[in-house]
Amino acid sequence: MTGAGPTDLAAPGARPSAALDIARDVRSGSVSAADVVDRYLGAIDEIDGELHAFVTVLHDGARREAESVDLKVAAGGDPGPLAGVPVALKDNMCTRGVPTTCSSRILDGWCPPYDATVVQRLRAAGAIVIGKTNLDEFAMGSSTENSAFGPTRNPHDPARVPGGSSGGSAAAVAAGLAPLALGSDTGGSIRQPAALCGVVGMKPTYGTVSRYGLVAFASSLDQIGPLTTTVTESAVLFDVIGGQDPMDSTCLERPVPRTVSALADGVEGLRVGLVSELVDGVDGAVEARVREAAETLAGAGANVEEFSIPEFRHGLPAYYIVAPAEASSNLSRYDGVRYGLRVDAETAESMNAATRAAGFGAEVKRRIMLGTYALSAGYYDAYYGQAQKVRTLIIDALAVAYQRFDVLLGATTPTTAFAIGAKVDDPWAMYLSDVCTVPSNLAGHPAISIPFGPDDSGLPVGVQVLAPALGEPVMFQVAAVLELGAPVLGPPRVHAR
Amino acid sequence: MPGQPETGEPGSGTPSLTREDAAYVARLARIDLTDDELDLYAVQLAAVIGHAAEVAALDTEGVEPTAHPLPLRNVTRTDEPRPSLDRAEVLAQAPAVEDGRFRVPPILGEAL
Repeated sequence: MTGAGPTDLAAPGARPSAALDIARDVRSGSVSAADVVDRYLGAIDEIDGELHAFVTVLHDGARREAESVDLKVAAGGDPGPLAGVPVALKDNMCTRGVPTTCSSRILDGWCPPYDATVVQRLRAAGAIVIGKTNLDEFAMGSSTENSAFGPTRNPHDPARVPGGSSGGSAAAVAAGLAPLALGSDTGGSIRQPAALCGVVGMKPTYGTVSRYGLVAFASSLDQIGPLTTTVTESAVLFDVIGGQDPMDSTCLERPVPRTVSALADGVEGLRVGLVSELVDGVDGAVEARVREAAETLAGAGANVEEFSIPEFRHGLPAYYIVAPAEASSNLSRYDGVRYGLRVDAETAESMNAATRAAGFGAEVKRRIMLGTYALSAGYYDAYYGQAQKVRTLIIDALAVAYQRFDVLLGATTPTTAFAIGAKVDDPWAMYLSDVCTVPSNLAGHPAISIPFGPDDSGLPVGVQVLAPALGEPVMFQVAAVLELGAPVLGPPRVHAR
Repeated sequence: MPGQPETGEPGSGTPSLTREDAAYVARLARIDLTDDELDLYAVQLAAVIGHAAEVAALDTEGVEPTAHPLPLRNVTRTDEPRPSLDRAEVLAQAPAVEDGRFRVPPILGEAL
């Protein structure tokens, strides 16, 4: 990248960005990437014992990458727009020669023989992979409690969950242990933890970011996206990781829209639909913040109108058929043959079943069972087939909404962060955490969660902006205005000094 | 079909699942589950499927199913040789290997 650095492209008055400051200083040679990496590694070593955001910290690998960035700067080269910026990766993205666990025992000891496309793109932009973050096993969960390695804690209140499944990435960014992180979002797994930890989380349009090297959960829904402190960082990181990839045949062939240049455009004259189904029935404090966000946009010149999309009510039950069905198929690959755990037995089939019994945790078993049931003879049409038709109904309803509106607005989550252990015995209560986020996944549309002040207990609230397919520029435009107008959220209780 | 779960007509309200139904699904999914797990999952699956029953009951006459959000047709690339993953590196990740291949327990029993 040549010309203006990303910092110069930020909206006037935008919030300070650790990531963009690092990139600017490393590129100019005033700060070394090695010092930056040491500072973040030191912070991780100091406080991650309490949070458990990371599964693997790459002390040596990060220092090696930092040296190569510094050498490039010393030789007069430009390492790229994210020069020297540490990035935390959710541990379901493949890193060659580095354990990739999906927080599951079944991948015990597995080191992928290749890097995910997003990892290659980060490195090409000068970023440094500093560690792999904790998640609900195979990204199945909304609290990061379903990790074989134990839960991650919310930096705003360590007795509470960070959300999930990208809870490690969200907590790492919130606590200042990494300026940027990547997560994956199948039903809300970037946006929901972002909301609960008070950071920005964005799920891109399906097909804009390569899934090559993302361990598959539900392939027609999964999408990688950024978790960041600011909206500008989110746009910068999306522009770095997005774009077609010959290694992922579900990537869009057309160019991905650049988003950074849209950040300062404002919302004058934009039509914003406040979705009734994404405010009615959520906690009072969350609803109040969403309505405040709507007023903020109206105050900035947008035309805001409340609008009902009744089809959204079917989103969650349809999602909890489609996603487990795809998961039950995708996870059949964990059979004790080619990688990871094997529990020996007399025959191949008994070895498969014993390995899967020992290697998968309770929630993964539950989802495989659910998906297998929904796809079994006699039930396929009634459940899976019907859920796919509901998907069409939601897509059609959104098409109607986007004839009237440029973007839609609502809550990201029905509640703020809940206590660790509060929902572990009631799967449906846990699944309800995803009720506001699943429609965008079913439709393949982009959506972003922006922190919008605290609730009465000081816990972060997230508001969500939804846009039509490839509507990332207008989505970021609106997000930038919300960020500037957001009520102040106090610093997390656990944070790097 | 033997072992087929009898959970009533889909869409006819909250279904119930027995331990035997759960065991049938677990066998299809190739997971050894304990009796306690089977009992728990029978109850929990029924609860989730009960919510799906609302969806199963919707009138979707004439609605096309969506399997995938993008209107992608066949995606092809030029047919030219290119490097693949290193075989030794891939096999090094396997639990058991013999003669450059994955080694597994007998698939068809003693007859072979």
